[in-house]
Amino acid sequence: MKKVWVNEEWCLGCHLCEYNCAYANSGIDDMVKALKGKTINPRIRIEEGDSINFAVQCRHCDDPICVKSCISGALSKTDGLITIDQSKCVGCYTCVMACPYGCIMPSEEGPMQKCELCTKNGCEPACVKGCPNNAIVYEER
Amino acid sequence: MREFVSPQNFVPSDFEVVRNSDRCIACRVCERQCANEVHWYDSDLGKMISDETKCVNCHRCVSLCPTRALKIVKNNDTYRPSANWTGPVIDQLIRQSGTGGALLSSMGNPEKYPIYWDKMLINASQVTNPSIDPLREPMETRVFLGKKPDAIERDENGKVINNLDPQLKLDVPVMFSAMSYGAISYNAHKSLAMAAKELGTYYNTGEGGLHKDFYQYGPNTIVQVASGRFGVYKDYLEAGAAIEIKIGQGAKPGIGGHLPGQKVTVDVSQTRMIPMGSDAISPAPHHDIYSIEDLRQLVFTLKEATAYKKPVIVKVAAVHNVAAIASGIARGGADIIVIDGFRGGTGAAPTRIRDSVGIPIELALASVDQRLRDEGIRNHISLVVGGSIRNSADIVKAIALGADAVYIGTAALIALGCHQCRNCHGGKCNWGIATQRADLVKRLNPEIGAQRLVNLVTAWNNEIKEIMGGMGINSIESLRGNRLMLRGIGLTEKELEILGIKHAGE
Repeated sequence: MKKVWVNEEWCLGCHLCEYNCAYANSGIDDMVKALKGKTINPRIRIEEGDSINFAVQCRHCDDPICVKSCISGALSKTDGLITIDQSKCVGCYTCVMACPYGCIMPSEEGPMQKCELCTKNGCEPACVKGCPNNAIVYEER
Repeated sequence: MREFVSPQNFVPSDFEVVRNSDRCIACRVCERQCANEVHWYDSDLGKMISDETKCVNCHRCVSLCPTRALKIVKNNDTYRPSANWTGPVIDQLIRQSGTGGALLSSMGNPEKYPIYWDKMLINASQVTNPSIDPLREPMETRVFLGKKPDAIERDENGKVINNLDPQLKLDVPVMFSAMSYGAISYNAHKSLAMAAKELGTYYNTGEGGLHKDFYQYGPNTIVQVASGRFGVYKDYLEAGAAIEIKIGQGAKPGIGGHLPGQKVTVDVSQTRMIPMGSDAISPAPHHDIYSIEDLRQLVFTLKEATAYKKPVIVKVAAVHNVAAIASGIARGGADIIVIDGFRGGTGAAPTRIRDSVGIPIELALASVDQRLRDEGIRNHISLVVGGSIRNSADIVKAIALGADAVYIGTAALIALGCHQCRNCHGGKCNWGIATQRADLVKRLNPEIGAQRLVNLVTAWNNEIKEIMGGMGINSIESLRGNRLMLRGIGLTEKELEILGIKHAGE
C-alpha cells in the first residue's frame, strides 16, 4: 500500500503541509475562504529542531494500537489504511493516549481526527502534493 | 527593529512587497523562507508585516505563498528624472560615498548592451531543398570536442591508424559551465553532476576542487585548474574527463576571485585544501603564466601528469584581442578553447568591471572562428562558448557562427530555482544555490534539481533538432560554421563583417 514517507533531510520546516492538510480537510474549495482568520488544526504536524525538521502524521502502523484501544469501534483498519468513523467516536481519548506518534487529535467538532491519506477528500495526499522539496512522498515501499 | 541609517546614506529600497491582505492567511511561509528577514508575523496586530528595505526580490516568498497573496513590484520612489543622472547612478554614488568600497555585484552584466543573438535570424528550407522531420528521420546532435587530425593515416596494410587525440563525447551540444563548490552549494553541485551524467555531458568543478562525494561523477566532470590552484592534486586531475585551465571569466576579465571566509566551511575547506574560515583568494593572473610559451608549459604539464589521456581546455574571457589570443592557445597545445562573453555570470564581481569590461560573445566567437580558419588551425582545437546562452536558438546561432558546443551557467541555475536577484555575494541565497548555510542549502533537493536540468537540456536538444530539420540539416556537424544559415537584422556593415553574415534580404 502507498503511504506517506518522510525524507527528513529535505524538510525545510515551512509548514505548508499543515496548511494544505487543513485546506484539504475543510471541504471548502478556496484556500483563503477555508483558512483565513482561523487557527488551523491539521492532521500532519511539523516537528522542528535546530538543524532538522520533519512532518509527522499517522504512520498507518502494521499493528495499530489505536485501533486496539478504541472502545467504540470508530477506528478500523482496511487494506492497510486506518480510518475513523467519526459518528461512532465517543470522545474517550484512549486512542490519543495510545498513539506513540501523537497523530490522533480532537477535531473542532469534538470527535477525534486523524490522517486518512486524503481518501475522504477525493485527492492524493494534499500535504505531499504541496511539499516544495519532496520532503514527504506518497509511495509504495 | 529597523537599522539606523544616516540621511546621507539612505537609499530607497529597489522593491516594494505588496501583500493582498484579503488573500493572506498568515501561514508564515514567507517569514520562514526569507533569509533576509523581510517578513514577520505581528501577533498584536494578528497579521504579517514586511520590511521591503531588506528585500532582494528573489521571489522565494512569492513562489511559496499558497494563496498567491504576495507580489514584488519596483519601488516607484523617484529622484528628479534625468537621462544621465539616473536613479541607479545616484544610488551607487550614495552607497560608495558611505562605505568607501568598490561596488560588488553578482550574476551577469544586466546593462543595456546589444544582444547580437537577437539580431540574427535563422534560415529554413522552402521548396528547393526539403526540410527534415526529426521525429521521422535520424538527427545527430552528438559532438566530439578535441583536436582533430589533419589527415587520415594508414598503415602498410591500408588499415586506418588511430591518430586521434583524446576527445570529449557530448550527447548534447551543451555543458554546464564552471561554478565552484563554495560559490554554489553542495546540492547545486550534486544536481549538476547528476544531470550531466544522465544527459551524457559534462559539468565543471570551477576552481573550488572536487568534493570527495563527487569523484563518482568523474567521467562527467571537467576539473578546473585556476590561478589559486585550489584543490588541485593528482587524484583530482585524474578524476576528471578533461582539465580546464581558467585564465579568465567573462564577468570579470583580468581580475581574480575572492571567496569570503564565511563561505569556507569544513567541507569547502577540505575540498579546496585551505584552512577553514580563511578567505580563498585567486590571484588575477596565473603567476607562472606570462606568455603563450608559459601557457604551453602548463598545458603539457597537465597532459604529462595525466598520461596524455585527457583533453586540456583553456578558458579565456572575450576581450578585445581574443582572436589572436585564441590562435596562441591553439598553438599552445590546448585541445579545446572556451570563450566566455561579457554577459557571463559570477558569484561576485566588482560592478564596474562586470558592467564595462569585455566584449559580446557573438562577436568574439565569430572573429575567433574566422581567425583559426584563416590560419588553417581550426581543426586543431574545439571551440566552446559561454556567457549568456539563454535558449536553444542561441545555441543554433552559436554553432552556425562556428562554435562546437556551448556552456550554460546562469540558465542552469535558473533551472535549479535561481530567480536572478543577483545577490549571490550576500551568501543568503533563499533557493539554496549560492550559499553555504546548511538550512538554506537543504532547500535544493538534488533529485528535483537534476531532473529540472535534464528536462531543460532535453527540451533544448529537441528544439535544436527541430530547427536543424527546418534548415534541411540532419547533423550538427553540418551546421557548425555554416554562417549562410544566418542573416543579420538591424546591424551595421561592420557588425555584419565581423559576424561574417549577410543582412536579411541579401
